[in-house]
Amino acid sequence: MAIIFNPSPSLPPPSTSVGPVAWIRQNLLSSPLNIILTLFSLYIMYLTIPPLVEWGIINATWTGSSKADCTASGACWAFITTRFDQFMYGLYPSEETWRINLAAILIVLLVGMFSIKIVHKLYLSITIILIYPVIAYCLFAGGIFGLEPVETSRWGGLFLTVLLGTIGIVASFPLGILLALGRRSNMPIAKSICIIFIETIRAVPLITIMFMASVMIPLFLPDGLNFNKLLRVLIGITLFSAAYMAEVIRGGLQAIPKGQYEAADAMGLTYWKSMTLVVLPQALKLVIPGIVNTFIGLFKDTTLVYIVGMFDLLGIIQLANHDTKWLGTTIEGYAFAAFIYWAFCFGMSRYSMAIERKLETGHKRN
Amino acid sequence: MTNTNMARAQLASGESTIIEFNDVNKWYGDFHVLKNINFSIKKGERIVVCGPSGSGKSTMIRCINRLEEHQKGSILVDGIEMNNNLKNIEAIRKDVGMVFQHFNLFPHLTILENLTLAPIWVRKTPKKEADEMAMHYLERVKIGNQALKYPGQLSGGQQQRVAIARGLCMQPRIMLFDEPTSALDPEMIKEVLDTMIQLAEEGMTMVCVTHEMGFAKTVADRVVFMDAGEIVEANEPHAFFDNPQHDRTQNFLSQILNH
Repeated sequence: MAIIFNPSPSLPPPSTSVGPVAWIRQNLLSSPLNIILTLFSLYIMYLTIPPLVEWGIINATWTGSSKADCTASGACWAFITTRFDQFMYGLYPSEETWRINLAAILIVLLVGMFSIKIVHKLYLSITIILIYPVIAYCLFAGGIFGLEPVETSRWGGLFLTVLLGTIGIVASFPLGILLALGRRSNMPIAKSICIIFIETIRAVPLITIMFMASVMIPLFLPDGLNFNKLLRVLIGITLFSAAYMAEVIRGGLQAIPKGQYEAADAMGLTYWKSMTLVVLPQALKLVIPGIVNTFIGLFKDTTLVYIVGMFDLLGIIQLANHDTKWLGTTIEGYAFAAFIYWAFCFGMSRYSMAIERKLETGHKRN
Repeated sequence: MTNTNMARAQLASGESTIIEFNDVNKWYGDFHVLKNINFSIKKGERIVVCGPSGSGKSTMIRCINRLEEHQKGSILVDGIEMNNNLKNIEAIRKDVGMVFQHFNLFPHLTILENLTLAPIWVRKTPKKEADEMAMHYLERVKIGNQALKYPGQLSGGQQQRVAIARGLCMQPRIMLFDEPTSALDPEMIKEVLDTMIQLAEEGMTMVCVTHEMGFAKTVADRVVFMDAGEIVEANEPHAFFDNPQHDRTQNFLSQILNH
C-alpha cells in the first residue's frame, strides 16, 4: 500500500518579519553603516527643512502689489499670486482666457470618458486626436464664430508650455514609430532615409533647430510662403523628439524574440498587421520607461522657445522678474516654475507606471 | 486499428500530392544547408522528419511556408509555387499551420485572443464566430477553461497545446511541427503528443520534425531521415526502424534508440 502524501499547511510569517517595526529595522537600522547613514540623513533634514518652512510658509507674504509689501525674511509669493494669470496665459487678452479654460475642461472631460464603459474607445480616440485639435485651435486662435482673433505671438505662459509639450508628444510618437520601423526595414531606400534623418537630428542641439525654424527657414522661403513661427517651432520640436523616440522604440523592437515575428508571419499576417497587432504592442510596452523619459525631456525642452522670442511659462516668469516693482523676486519665480514643471513631469511618470502595471500579463520572454 | 491504417493508406495513395520539393537547394552564406531535396507529400500523409542537429530538417519544413527562402529548385504547396510573390506566400500561409519548438504564443494577448487573431485579421471571420471556433479547438486540446489567461500563466505543455489549437483555428490543410516537444519537461511531452496523435487520426496532413521515435512509429506514414542537408532515407516506419538501408541511418538509430 502506498503512503499518502499530505502537504504541510502554510503558516503565517513570524511577527518580527512584517509590520512597521520590521520595516524600520530592515531598511534603516540593518547594519552599523546603515545606522550612521540614517542618523546623518536625519541631521541633514533637521538643518534644511525648518528654515525652508520658515521662509516659504511662516514668514511668507501671499498678497501685495509690489516687492515692498513683502517681508525681508520670507518668500514673496505675492509676486506669483498677482501675476498668476499672466504666468498661466502669457500675453493672451485677459477677457478671452475663458477660451483656453474651456478647451482645457473639454480635453479633461474627453479623456475622462475613457473610463466610461459604454463609450466606444476607438471613436473616442479619433475624436480626441482629429476633432478636438480643430475645436481647440478655433478657440485659441479665434477669428471664427465671432471669436476675437488672437495672434499666436500672444500665446504664452503655462498654456504655451502645455500646448508645445502635448502637440510635440502626440506628433512625435507615431513619427518615432515609423522611423524605428523604417530603420529596421529591408527596403534600402526607406532604411537610409530613416538612418540619415535620425542621425542628423540627433547630432544637432535643439537650440540650433529652434534657430533654424525661427530665423533661417524664413530667409530661404520665398516671400508670401512664410508660415507661422509657432508652427515652425512645433515642427522643429516634433522632429527632434521623434528622432530620439525612434531609437528608444528600436530598442524595444530588437528585444522582441524572432519567434514572435515568425509566428505572426506563419499565420499569414501582413507586415503592417503583424507589426501593429503582435510586435509593437510588446515592443512599446517594454520601452515605456524610455518613451516617458523622452516625453519628459521634450516637455522641459519646450522652455528653449524663449530663445526665439516666445514666452512660455519660464519665459514669462523671467520677463516678470525684470519688472521694477518686483525686483528681487527671482527665487520665488524660479521656485514656482520648478514646482509646475515638477508636478507635470511627476504626473507623467506616475501615469506611465500605472500603464506598465495595467499591461503586465505575467509573461516570461521565450 | 488495422482498418484505420488501411483507410489511411488508401487515402494517402489515392489522393493528390500536396507538397512537392523539386531539387531544392539553400545556402546560409557559404553553408550549403539543403542539397537537392526531392520529396513529395500526399494529402493526408503524416511525415516525421528526423536527423542529427544541423542536418537541415527544420530549415526544410520552414521552407514549406517560406519562413526560410530557398535559392534553387522549386517548392509547390497545394499547387502554388513558392516564390517572391507575396500573394502566393500569403495564400499558402493561410492554409499551412505551424507549431514551433518554443511555442511562440503572443504574451500580450490572452489565450483566446491568440487563437482568434489570425481568423479575424487574415480570414476576416466575424469576432463572435472566431471566438466560438477558438473555444471549440481549445476544448479539443483540453484547455477550454484557460481561455482568458495569458500564455505566461500556463505550463509549457499547455502552451504548446494552445499553439496547436492556434494553428488549427485557421483551418489549415497542412500542419507543420518544428520539434514541438523539444522544449518541454518530460511529464508534459505526453499531453502534447496525445493531441498530435488525435489530430493525425482525423486525417490532417502533418509534417513533423521530432526526435520522438515512439510517435514516429505509431503515427507516421513515412519517416524521413536527413543528414548534412540531404534526405538520406525515407520509408514506412516499420521498414525504417527494423531495416534501415543506410549505415548513417543505422548509426543514428542506434544512438537515439539505445539509451
